[in-house]
Amino acid sequence: MNFETVIGLEVHVELKTDSKMFSPSPAHFGAEPNTNTNVVDWGYPGVLPTINKGAVEFGIRAALALNCEISQDTKFDRKNYFYPDNPKAYQISQFDQPVGHDGWIEVEVEGKKKKIRIERVHLEEDAGKNTHGTDGYSYVDLNRQGTPLIEIVSEADMRSPEEAYAYLEAIKQIIQYAGVSDVKMEEGSMRCDANISIRPFGQEEFGTKTELKNLNSFNFVRRGLAFEEKRQEKVLLAGGVIQQETRRYDESTGETILMRVKEGSSDYRYFPEPDLPNLYIEDEWVKRVRESIPEMPKERRVRYAGDFGLTEYDAAQLTATKEMSDFFEETLEQGADAKQAANWLMGEVSAYLNSEKLELHDTKLTPQNLAGMIKLIADGTISSKIAKKVFRELIQNGGDATDVVESNGWVQLSDPAKLLPIINDILDNNAQSIEDYKNGKDRAIGFLVGQIMKATKGQANPGIVNKLLNQELSKR
Amino acid sequence: MTVTEKDIRHVAKLAKLEIPDDEIKKFTEQMDKIIEMVEQLSELDTENVPVMTHGMETYSVMREDKAIPGTDREKLFENVKTEKDGLIKVPAIMDNSEGDA
Repeated sequence: MNFETVIGLEVHVELKTDSKMFSPSPAHFGAEPNTNTNVVDWGYPGVLPTINKGAVEFGIRAALALNCEISQDTKFDRKNYFYPDNPKAYQISQFDQPVGHDGWIEVEVEGKKKKIRIERVHLEEDAGKNTHGTDGYSYVDLNRQGTPLIEIVSEADMRSPEEAYAYLEAIKQIIQYAGVSDVKMEEGSMRCDANISIRPFGQEEFGTKTELKNLNSFNFVRRGLAFEEKRQEKVLLAGGVIQQETRRYDESTGETILMRVKEGSSDYRYFPEPDLPNLYIEDEWVKRVRESIPEMPKERRVRYAGDFGLTEYDAAQLTATKEMSDFFEETLEQGADAKQAANWLMGEVSAYLNSEKLELHDTKLTPQNLAGMIKLIADGTISSKIAKKVFRELIQNGGDATDVVESNGWVQLSDPAKLLPIINDILDNNAQSIEDYKNGKDRAIGFLVGQIMKATKGQANPGIVNKLLNQELSKR
Repeated sequence: MTVTEKDIRHVAKLAKLEIPDDEIKKFTEQMDKIIEMVEQLSELDTENVPVMTHGMETYSVMREDKAIPGTDREKLFENVKTEKDGLIKVPAIMDNSEGDA
């Protein structure tokens, strides 16, 4: 029997606000344990939550970027559970009136585009962090307690682990472009749970799903899902039934392990948060937020291909992060040629960033100095070989491209009056090569050019050298 | 009877309440009466009546996103029974429900 896989993803994204969702304590990553908390985070008796306007705005922004409708009348609900990472014993979340709903994004797998629908985007608060000791105790840091989150719930529209992977990549990009989160899986500012079921091909009804947790990277999501679809298939083919359960992905074996049989949704006993009246979102506010959202990667890719003649691959590379894409556009505004700027950013710049494990903003490279360097190549002031030296100087120490070239004496030698004596000097000392050349050995030319470049410390203009060399050789 | 002993055991478990077996029957009867009373409400015709979630017809106001430093940890920890290196020490709980955020 052939099965079809059905996947839905729940993605949590930490919003990079200054303060927490329902309390004014700092929502900053990396502080001393339990120093960014107050009595609201600790759930002291009598405290009241207050809604962070910045977090709501980020929620609206994210929802709009994901093509969602915004709920004008939105509300918060209590989700009840006991666990030491949350001293209130409930989480304030949104149950039936989420800030955003009915969105979609487009993903691409093996050249095929597909729309994945988004059921909802809701606001909630994060829990603290537990570290489990080997001594029978857990250690709790409540700094993260109350950090604003959005949860993005997809429809069960994905049909393969690869589509799930592509969906996550797209979500990450869109959220990053929207500027509401760092979306780093490794720092926990983006987290993912996956629901997966399989059904015989052609069957409309969904199979029983399992939920996967502990998926700490996009690759683990893909591998965990791939393992799970095989496991479910084996169970069904052996005549078994799938239990609705939560399974944990084990990084070391690549397998999924049973954690617990799933509680029903009603076990959280959601009810409207009594401490917070409904929240009314003005149209005017939504309109302002909509206007402030930058152009998304998908639109930029279309524009890069259309306006600058870049390939789809190049356009995708350049829009992988907003920082890279913005840098590219600013470099063009500084007068650089689009193709050249693209080549430098995807080539030397990316290689440098990868090898040094840096981000663009960690370097001294700017759109101004990169554009300046590209212009120097275009007008023949420097050769592309010298440009690599200029580039290293610019990305490590900064400065202006022209200044760097001049102070290092790296200006390309293009003047025939200066080049001719050097060329003739080399020819005088390499009679054998001239002989070889006359006997039709083309390699001799390469050798002579090499000698000239050596004599000029690589600064000779290769095009002019070739022309002059041919001209001089024919005279001999 | 609409409430069963099984329901009571389930709710008690969710609320982390220990109810002795000999009291389960008593609570079941009491809860049943409470539910019965509340259920009188469903006799009302609520068609075309919008859902009411709060007693007051008012909307929330919001706070500007500006952080105020956290409360002094020493002070907060006066209510912490056991601690270690600035962390709250609690018995390990292994029901793995973390991550349900």
